[in-house]
Amino acid sequence: MSFCASHICFQAGEKTILDDVSVQIQPGEMVAVLGPNGAGKSSLLKIMAGEQRFFSGQLYLNGRSYADWSANDIARMVGILPQSSELVFPFSVAEVVMLGRLPHSSGRVKDREIVTQALQLLDVSHLSEALYPALSGGEKQRVQLARVLAQIWEPSSAGDRFLLLDEPTSALDLSHQHQTLEVARDLSRQGAGVMAILHDLNLAAQYADRIILLGNGRLVSEGAVDQVLVPEQIRALYDIDVTVMRHPRENRPLVVTL
Amino acid sequence: MTGMVLTARERRVKWSLLSLVAALTLSMLLSVGVGPMSISMAHSYYAVLASIGVVVAEVPAHMQLVIESIRLPRTVLGMFVGAALAVCGAAMQGLFRNPLADPGLIGVTGGASLAAVAMIVLGGSYFTALYQWLGPYALMAAAFAGAFLTTLIVARIATTRYGTSITTMLLAGIAIGIVTGAGVGIMTYMADDAQLRTLTFWSMGSLGGATWETVIAAGLLITLTLVGLPLQAKNLNALLLGESEARHLGVRIEAVKKRIILLTALGVGASVAVSGMIGFVGLIVPHIVRLTLGPDHRYLLPASALLGALFLLCADMLARTLIAPAELPIGLITTIIGGPFFIGMVIYRARKLG
Repeated sequence: MSFCASHICFQAGEKTILDDVSVQIQPGEMVAVLGPNGAGKSSLLKIMAGEQRFFSGQLYLNGRSYADWSANDIARMVGILPQSSELVFPFSVAEVVMLGRLPHSSGRVKDREIVTQALQLLDVSHLSEALYPALSGGEKQRVQLARVLAQIWEPSSAGDRFLLLDEPTSALDLSHQHQTLEVARDLSRQGAGVMAILHDLNLAAQYADRIILLGNGRLVSEGAVDQVLVPEQIRALYDIDVTVMRHPRENRPLVVTL
Repeated sequence: MTGMVLTARERRVKWSLLSLVAALTLSMLLSVGVGPMSISMAHSYYAVLASIGVVVAEVPAHMQLVIESIRLPRTVLGMFVGAALAVCGAAMQGLFRNPLADPGLIGVTGGASLAAVAMIVLGGSYFTALYQWLGPYALMAAAFAGAFLTTLIVARIATTRYGTSITTMLLAGIAIGIVTGAGVGIMTYMADDAQLRTLTFWSMGSLGGATWETVIAAGLLITLTLVGLPLQAKNLNALLLGESEARHLGVRIEAVKKRIILLTALGVGASVAVSGMIGFVGLIVPHIVRLTLGPDHRYLLPASALLGALFLLCADMLARTLIAPAELPIGLITTIIGGPFFIGMVIYRARKLG
C-alpha cells in the first residue's frame, strides 16, 4: 500500500501554487522534498494532510480514496508535524505527548508506556514535567515530534503508517537535527513511509532514500539521491553556484556552495 | 517517570474535586441560613432534607417555609448559574484558544440580554402567541437565540484562515457589547413602568427572582450544558494544539465547534434569562482552576463547574448581607471582584509578552 497524491493542481487566487504534481510515498522509505522558498512544498504537504479542500487531483491512502477514510482511521495512519505550533496553554510536556494518543483506545497503561518511550526517543524525558509554553523553540519542536510519533507508534490495524514532516529541523541545533532525522529514518525502517520537507541538501542526501525536487509549483526531478543532486539542476533551481563532490567517508554526494 | 507525574496530578485533581464538593455543600447550607431571619446550620440541614422528602428532625414551620419557598430555590439557582457560566467560560477559552474569552467580554451575554430584554418589552404585544405558548421558556428561548447568534458572529469575525485573533475577538466583543447595550437602551426607553423594574434587575444581575418554576426551567437547560460540555473535553484538549493539529488527531473540527457553540449558548442563554448579566464568573473561575490543576479539560470543566457554583453562592451571600436589609445586585459584586482581576491578567500578559 502507499500514500499517493496524483496530478495535484492548486491555486491561491490567481497564483498557481502547484501544477500537476504527483508523488507517491511507499511504506519503508524516507522521501525528502526539496525546493526553494515558494516552490509549493508546504502546500503539497497541507493537501496530503487533508487541510486543503480546494484542489484538483486525487489522494489515495493505502489503496482507498482519502475522502473515503474516517477521520479517526486517518489519524491512526498518518502523523503530521507542523512547522510550528500555537499551543499557549500550560500543558506539561508529558500531557502534550499524551494528546497524540487521542485517536487510539489502547488504555491508560499502554498510552503512558508509549509516551515515556517517545519522550526518551526524542531526548526530552528530563522535560516531561516542564510546562510546554516555557520551552525553547527547539525543545517545542522535539516535543511535538514526540507527540506525532506517539500517535503512530505502533502498526495500525487501519493500514500502513505515514509520517509527514514540515521542516522538522528548522529550529534545531546540529546534533538534534541529526537525531530527529535518525528517528524519522528509523520509523521508516520499521515499515512506515516518511516524507520530510527539508532545506539542507546535505541532510537530505544523508538520510533520504529518495528526493523529490519542486520548483515553481512543478515537479522538477525525482529519484535516488545521486540522480537528483546534480550541479546543473541545483544551479538552475536555486540560482546559486554549487559543486557536488563525493562525501569523504560515506558513499553519497556532498553539495558545496561556491 | 511520566506515569508518576500524571498520577500525582490526578491525585491533586481528586482531592480538589472532593474539597470543592465539601465546600459547596457547606456554603449551600450557609446560604440557606443567611438572611433577615437567621437560621442555624443544623436547622438548615434538616430543612433542606425535609424539602426533598427526608424528614430527620423537626424544623419550625416558618423556617421550613422560608427555606423551601425562598432561599432554597435561590441557592439552587445560584449554583446552576455559577456552574453554567464558569463551564461555558472554560469551554469558550478552549474553543478560541484564548484565556481571555469570557461570555461577557466577547459580547455573548450582551446578545443574550438584548434578546431577552426585547422579549420582555415586546413579547407581550408583538409575539403574544409565542410568548404565551412558551411561558417561562420564552425568555430562555430568546436569550439562547441571542447568545447563539453573538457567538457565531464573534467567531466569524475573529477567525481567519490563520486562526483566531485575540485582538479581533475582543474588539468584536466590545463592539457587540456597545450595540447590544444601545439596543437594551432603546428597549428601556420603550418599556412601561413594570417592565422597567424588571429591566433594572436584569442589567445588574440578580438571583432574587428565583422560584421553583425558574429553577426547573433553567436547571433543565443548564444540565444539558453541564453534561454535554465535559463530553467534549478530549476534543477541546486537542483544539488547544491548533485546529489543524486537532484535525490530524482525528477530531471532526467543524462538528465539534458547532456542538460547543450550541452548548455554551444554551448555558449562557439560560443563565442570563433567569439571572440577568452576571459578569466575569466565566473568566475568573477557569483561570484559578487552570493555575492549580492545569489546562486539561477533563479536569478543568468539572472543577470549574463546582468552583463557579461555590463562587456565585458566596457572591450572593455577600449581595444579601452587605447592606442588609437591602440587597446589592449580584452582578455588581462579581464585577467588583472580576474587573480588577481581569486588569491584573491583562497587565501580566503585557509584561510577559514584553
